[in-house]
Amino acid sequence: MTFIREQEGGLVANFFATLGRFTFLTFQALLGGPGILFRKDSRQTFLQQLYIVGIGTLPVATVVAMFTGMILTLQLGIAFKQFSQELMVAYTLSFAMLREMGPFMTGIILASCVGSAMAAQLGTMKINEEVAALEMMSIDPVRFLVAPRMWALIVMAPLLSFYTCIIAFLGGAAIGYTQLNVPFLQFIFEIIAVAEVKDLYVGLFKTAVFGILICSIACSIGFATVQGAAGVGASTRRAVIYSFLAILAGGYFITRFFYVI
Amino acid sequence: MSSEQPHIEQDALSFEQVVKTFGTRSVLNQQTFSVKEGELFVIIGPSGTGKSVTLKLIAGLLKPTHGTIKVLGQDLSQVSVSQLSALRRRIGFLFQGGALLGWKTLAENIALPLIEHGGVSADEIKTRVANALAEVGLDHAGSLYPSEVSGGMLKRAAFARAIIENPEVLLFDEPTSGLDPVMSYTIDTLIRKLNRLHKAACVVVTHDLVGALRYADRIGFLKDGQFLTVGTPEDIRHSQIPEVKAFLNPEHSEVIHG
Repeated sequence: MTFIREQEGGLVANFFATLGRFTFLTFQALLGGPGILFRKDSRQTFLQQLYIVGIGTLPVATVVAMFTGMILTLQLGIAFKQFSQELMVAYTLSFAMLREMGPFMTGIILASCVGSAMAAQLGTMKINEEVAALEMMSIDPVRFLVAPRMWALIVMAPLLSFYTCIIAFLGGAAIGYTQLNVPFLQFIFEIIAVAEVKDLYVGLFKTAVFGILICSIACSIGFATVQGAAGVGASTRRAVIYSFLAILAGGYFITRFFYVI
Repeated sequence: MSSEQPHIEQDALSFEQVVKTFGTRSVLNQQTFSVKEGELFVIIGPSGTGKSVTLKLIAGLLKPTHGTIKVLGQDLSQVSVSQLSALRRRIGFLFQGGALLGWKTLAENIALPLIEHGGVSADEIKTRVANALAEVGLDHAGSLYPSEVSGGMLKRAAFARAIIENPEVLLFDEPTSGLDPVMSYTIDTLIRKLNRLHKAACVVVTHDLVGALRYADRIGFLKDGQFLTVGTPEDIRHSQIPEVKAFLNPEHSEVIHG
C-alpha cells in the first residue's frame, strides 16, 4: 500500500514537473519570437519551417480536405434531400468547416506530419548530445530550436486551416452539383452568404493555438528523449498522441469560450 | 610525458565530496579532486564508473546530489542561469560523437558560438574559423557537412568548435573512441598541443590508457565512483593497485570485471 502511494506520489510529481517544463518552454518560445527577426540562423530555421508546415503539408491537406467536404456534403445531402432542403447542406458545411472541422483537420494533419517530425528531430539531437552542445556554447536550445518552429506554426497553421476550408467547400460544391443537383456557384455563394466573420476568426485563432500546443508538446517531449533510437520512436508516438488529445480538449475549451449556449 | 612542463597555477576546477546518484544508483561517491590551470588531467577507468558524469558535472549539465563543484572560481551550486551561461563560454566541451549540427557545414558549426554571441565582425569570424580549421588540419574541409566527413574529421571539427572562443577549461569525452590508432595519435597530439598553446585546463575522459600515459600531466583512475589513485603517468605505470595493473595488462581484466 505504501509502495502504491509512493508510486502515485511519483506520478503526480512527474505530471506537475512535466506540466511546469511544458509551460515554461511555451512561454520562452513565444517570447523568443522577436529574436527570430534579428538572428540569421533563427530566420533561416523560421523560413524553412514555414515551408515544411505550409508547402510540405499541402498535398495531404488538399486530399483530406477535399474528401472531408465531399463526405460531409454527401451525408448531409442524404438527410436534407428528404425535406427538399438541399441548400441547407451548404449552410451546415460552412458552419462545420469554419468553426470546427477546418481547424481540427489542420491540427491533426500538423500533429501527424509536423509534430512527429519535430519530436523525432529534437529527440535525435538530444540523444546525439547536440542539445547539450548548444547549452555548452551558451546557446539557449529553446530560443534556437523551438521559437522559430513555434512561430512558423503560429503563422502557417491558420493559413493552412483557411486553405482546407476552401478545398472542402469546393469538394462539397462538386458533390452538391453532381449528387444533389445544386448548381456549383449557387452552393459556393450560399456558403459565403451564411459564413460569419466570427466563425472565421475563431477558427483561425483555434488553429494558431493548436500550432502552439503541437510545437510545445513535440519539442518538450523531444527534449526529454532518453534511451537511443527506441526512445526517439517512443517520443514521436507520445508527441502525436498527446497532440491529438490537446487538440480535442483545446478545441472544446476555445469553442466553449467563444460560443455560449 | 613531455619534457615541456606547463605553467601550473591555482585550481581551475575542483570537486569536494561530490556525490551523484540517479534514483537509487550511486554513480559518484564522495568524489574529491582538483585540476590546476593549464594542467592536462586524464580520467580513466572501466565503463560505467562515472567518468562522463564527472565531465557533465563540471560543465553544469548535471547537478550533484551532494558536494561542491567549483569551476574557474565559481561554485556551480550558487550560480544563476545567466552566470552559468557566461561561465560556459569559458569552457569548451568535445562530446563523444562530436555533436555537430547536421544541417550546418563544418565551418558554420565552428562559427556558431561566435555568431550567436555577437560582438565579432563577419571578417573576424571568417579569420578565426579558418585559423581553427587550420589548427586541427581541416583547412579545406570547411564547406563539407558532418555527414560527408569521416569520424576523425568530425572529431577534429568538434575540437575546433570547442576551442573557437579560447576557453580556459577544455573537457573531452572519449576523444579517440571509434578511431583508428593513427587518428587516435593525431587527436592525442592535438589535445597536447592545444593544452600547451591555449594554456587551458584540460580534463580528458578516455579508455585509451596508452594515449593517456603519453600526454597526461596527471591521471586519475576511477572505479565505483571514486578515484582509486591519482598520479603522474609514471606513478600509474608503476602502480601496484590490482585494478590499475589490470587496466595496464588486460589479461588481468577479471580483477576489474569480477
